[in-house]
Amino acid sequence: MAKHKTPLLDQLESGPWPSFVSDIKLECENRAKNEKGVEFQIPADCPEDLLGVLELSYVDGETHWKHGGIVGVFGYGGGVIGRYCDQPEMFPGVAHFHTIRVNQPSGKYYTTEFLRQLCDLWEFRGSGLTNMHGATGDIVFIGTTTPQLEEIFFELTHNLNTDLGGSGSNLRTPATCLGMSRCEYACYDTQALCFNLTNEYQDELHRPAFPYKFKFKFDGCPNGCVASIARSDFSVIGTWRDEIRIDQEAVAGYVGGELAPNAGAHAGRDWGKFDIQKEVIDLCPSECMCYEDGKLSINDKECVRCMHCINTMPRALRIGNDRGASIFVGAKAPILDGAQMGSLLVPFVKVDAGNDYQEIKDIVEGIWDLWMEEGKNRERLGETMKRMGFQKIIEAAGVPFDVRQVQEPRTNPYIFWKAEDVEGGWDRDIVEYRKRHQQ
Amino acid sequence: MPLDLETAKKEIVDFCHSKSKSKSKFYFNDFTKLFPDAKAREVKKVLTALVNEGVMIFWSSGSTTMYGLAGEGKQTAGEGEG
Repeated sequence: MAKHKTPLLDQLESGPWPSFVSDIKLECENRAKNEKGVEFQIPADCPEDLLGVLELSYVDGETHWKHGGIVGVFGYGGGVIGRYCDQPEMFPGVAHFHTIRVNQPSGKYYTTEFLRQLCDLWEFRGSGLTNMHGATGDIVFIGTTTPQLEEIFFELTHNLNTDLGGSGSNLRTPATCLGMSRCEYACYDTQALCFNLTNEYQDELHRPAFPYKFKFKFDGCPNGCVASIARSDFSVIGTWRDEIRIDQEAVAGYVGGELAPNAGAHAGRDWGKFDIQKEVIDLCPSECMCYEDGKLSINDKECVRCMHCINTMPRALRIGNDRGASIFVGAKAPILDGAQMGSLLVPFVKVDAGNDYQEIKDIVEGIWDLWMEEGKNRERLGETMKRMGFQKIIEAAGVPFDVRQVQEPRTNPYIFWKAEDVEGGWDRDIVEYRKRHQQ
Repeated sequence: MPLDLETAKKEIVDFCHSKSKSKSKFYFNDFTKLFPDAKAREVKKVLTALVNEGVMIFWSSGSTTMYGLAGEGKQTAGEGEG
């Protein structure tokens, strides 16, 4: 028998989608039965109260949560988000119900043992409810009380070999795609770079001193499986400088029907015979491909790395050999200003583990120095960029100006030359000038 | 010139006390303004030292973090813990 009547939530379960209400009810049952004999450190029926307070919010049309506070673990300014219910007498199980963010494994690889350890810990010291994963990529533990925080932190860092994630005005937990571990499109080792920068910037992750949040994300190729270009202030996307490698025999294999396009995906229905012209050549956004006399050719200079041809014919087309990454900055969700995609800052950089990724770190730190100095409170890098002009970011990052940083030539002449950049500076002989130009 | 840790700590604590009638939580930027010649990272080191000593605490809304003197402000009493 449920502790609280929840007719509005029950109705949600009737939809066609998997329901979080059903999930929470399942956890209510598990905790009530307690077959494993867990000594719950917070009220066993807290998921019941969670359903109760949510139902009340639906009835009232307003939230009953307060968020924010001084809770955390000693020395860390992030990783824990204080949550308090404003009806603690009605719902004592969730009176204090803090969220903990935990750094997810790189590329979200889990062993069953690690998953079991996480779940056992959270059943014991928390609500048992998790969100795998939050939008930034963290493992999110939903709901515990203040006295449990240090205990959980000790267990995570000493026995589970992981750490709290980022929250607040911090560097947020860096996220990466699977990279070279499973993907032939990866142009650099995303997991290695993510791991290195996570360790290098521990202080920025745990001790907040930024104007607002800052996110790193690492995509191995322009397919962008972690959508870094849309979601991170500093997005590193794999690319190549030379040509797409073409295997003409395999191209013929696709055209002849021996090889299934899209590596056999979308095979649920018959799409008819593969038509290279219609399905690949005509879809190239920069129209840089042609297929004539059984031969595929690509004008690589015009290629914009949309990945469509490679995705469609992975056996025939492969990424180039001279690989590295492009860096984009300033993507964000619409909090203060509208949503923004990342803007190209560095067209190509070698991702070099040999020098400890120093080239990338120099760019990051240059940008941080400017943003920490000039960024207004609660202003994302993308907003600082819009307010001050992209030129400032280019200068702070210490990278050269490049025509590829301009999205549409002549519509936004945002690069202003300085006197020292121009031969002869701004000085001119006005008399000489007037001889040639009437006033 | 690098910041003198003890002098800087005192300046930060005095600043917080001087504002305590109007507010108890401060943005990081409020402190960098106290030391216009110092780099933000130096100021951060001083604040980290104060947090480690338990003089100051982090206050987090989840999305934004602020600093405050331990025990000051409404939040501490209201939470009844922490």
